Amino acid sequence: MSREEWRGFGVFIEQDEGVVEETSLEILGRIRELADKYNIKITSFVLTDDINRIIDKIRYYGSDEIVYAENSLFKTYLSDVFSTALYRLVSKYRPRYLLLPATRNSRDLAGRLAIMLRTCLLAHVISIDIDPETMRMNAAVPGFGGNIAAVCECVTMPEMATVSPGVFTPKIRKDIEPKLINESDLTKDLKTSMRKISRTSVARPDISRSEKIVVAGAGCIKDLELIKRFAKIIGAEYAVTRPVADAGLAPRDLQVGSTGISLKSKLVIVLGASGAPHFVSGIRDCGTVVSVNIDPDAPIKDFSDLFVVGDLYDIVKKLIDRLGG
Amino acid sequence: MSPEPVYIVTMKVVPKTEEIRFDPVTKTVDRSKATNEINPADKNALEEALKLKDKYGGKVIVLSMGPPFFEPFLRTALAMGADDAILISDKALAGSDAYVTSMVLAKGIQKIGGATLVLCGEESSDGSTGQVPPGIATWLGYSLATFVSKIISLDLENKKVVVRRTIKGGYEDIDLPLPAVLAIELGINTPRFPDFRRKRWAEKEYKMTIWNIHDLGLKPEEVGLTGSPSRVKTLIELKPPERMRKIITDPDQAVEEIIKIIKSIK
Ligand SMILES: Cc1cc2nc3c(=O)[nH]c(=O)nc-3n(C[C@H](O)[C@H](O)[C@H](O)COP(=O)(O)OP(=O)(O)OC[C@H]3O[C@@H](n4cnc5c(N)ncnc54)[C@H](O)[C@@H]3O)c2cc1C
Repeated sequence: MSREEWRGFGVFIEQDEGVVEETSLEILGRIRELADKYNIKITSFVLTDDINRIIDKIRYYGSDEIVYAENSLFKTYLSDVFSTALYRLVSKYRPRYLLLPATRNSRDLAGRLAIMLRTCLLAHVISIDIDPETMRMNAAVPGFGGNIAAVCECVTMPEMATVSPGVFTPKIRKDIEPKLINESDLTKDLKTSMRKISRTSVARPDISRSEKIVVAGAGCIKDLELIKRFAKIIGAEYAVTRPVADAGLAPRDLQVGSTGISLKSKLVIVLGASGAPHFVSGIRDCGTVVSVNIDPDAPIKDFSDLFVVGDLYDIVKKLIDRLGG
Repeated sequence: MSPEPVYIVTMKVVPKTEEIRFDPVTKTVDRSKATNEINPADKNALEEALKLKDKYGGKVIVLSMGPPFFEPFLRTALAMGADDAILISDKALAGSDAYVTSMVLAKGIQKIGGATLVLCGEESSDGSTGQVPPGIATWLGYSLATFVSKIISLDLENKKVVVRRTIKGGYEDIDLPLPAVLAIELGINTPRFPDFRRKRWAEKEYKMTIWNIHDLGLKPEEVGLTGSPSRVKTLIELKPPERMRKIITDPDQAVEEIIKIIKSIK
């Protein structure tokens, strides 16, 4: 039996081989505040190959109920089976608001699900509110490189959104004991038409919250090792701009900007990057911005606290000498 | 499926992001001073399609939904090597969100007679929802791979395509049944330049197909602002904090200053 009206919050808890996506917990952190304020229930949805492997990592983040389905196909993301499975769970539990993390896999999933449910989907939002008059979800969708946002709402149900990573903070809520509901039967018959041939994935620390970051732009391509060495000497994490990742010289996970990560560091040192809109939106929330560029008119100037005009290799070598690397 | 593979590339024309201004008074985006370009990731998708054609034969069709000013950009795509270009253009389409856009493009693909592969850019540089490729796949019941960094092989006989897609921490290689929608990552190849002779043909001789919504069997209320399930309430500018913009040109002084800043962060 499905519920009749679209009611409450639904959150998709993304997991991959038992590793829970932090953004799902961040979403719970924010919507628990709204749920308490408006007295709304939160249902979390989990697709996993083994619930015991993850339940302790998700139990006390504010869900009122955790609806899960176990199936060996759910170990890692598969577009076809995940979308069908979540479609079935959502159709049964009918949450009015449905939120998913804006990670690659959950954006893939949400994009399909919205069409299956014939509903709207707000993309990688950076705020979530409820309009007290209409009770509609209002969320800000960044566009144009992440420098302009549209506050949007949905006129169909469920009201769906994917949520950008790093916007909200997870909160432990030991006071709420979620009800666990096993819906594995609903996904028993699933089959995939896709086949994973191989997977190469390295667990990397999330650098979006690191205190100090050195960003290597396209101007650094001649000697990225030098930049990495400099980062290490000053105890900073190393990140890159899009062209460096495009050239295959750094993994995508280290790319800063609208199609990469947003930094929240106290200090960011930007070397040899021009300061394109798609990049600067990723350093907006940083404390101090230092940049080095050979071009005195590079747009990054306007986004810097200290703008050094000069050859970055020259400056970095001098810095390494002085700091005794 | 026809024996000749058909690659449909979806394409959008966007204003250059660096030339867009936000008017804080009217709360609108001023595109008037911005030059337009083919959405960068869509050019990468076109290049992938042209490479497939070079290797496996077939036909490349560019499909776009937008106002008449898109036309010259589609001609550029023809000059780059596309065999055909179709523009879906109708006043009723103004204000369409990703839901409607994916539906309209899916109808267009059906009208063409389907595809072996639909290649899209992973996202547009202006709207950047990334929802159109999964949307098209779902409307059509095609298989889907997003964030594709490489098309490894196409097996027309067994109706399979093998692609590499970016995932957190790395990548995965997957095998998908055809027909499939592939969302191509920005920057994975260097799009070829328009060919000089093709350019003449594309600009002077080629007669482009234009469809309106009636050609696709759609009603005005199903598309545009009315057909779209999402609504924009207001626009806001996400301004960076005011920066100090201190400029130093002397390298030694710069080094001292940077060290001072590094030491102050504890
Ligand atoms: C849809 C879309 C999404 C995008 N997403 C992102 C994103 O997430 N992140 C991102 O970074 N970009 C993104 N981009 C790309 C973005 O528009 C820019 O192309 C990119 O940020 C430029 O990177 P860069 O500054 O490193 O390179 P460039 O623009 O090439 O700048 C290199 C700079 O290095 C300087 N330089 C060169 N040599 C030296 C030297 N020896 N010493 C000092 N300075 C030197 C040059 O003066 C120049 O300013 C996106 C683009 C699109 C269309």
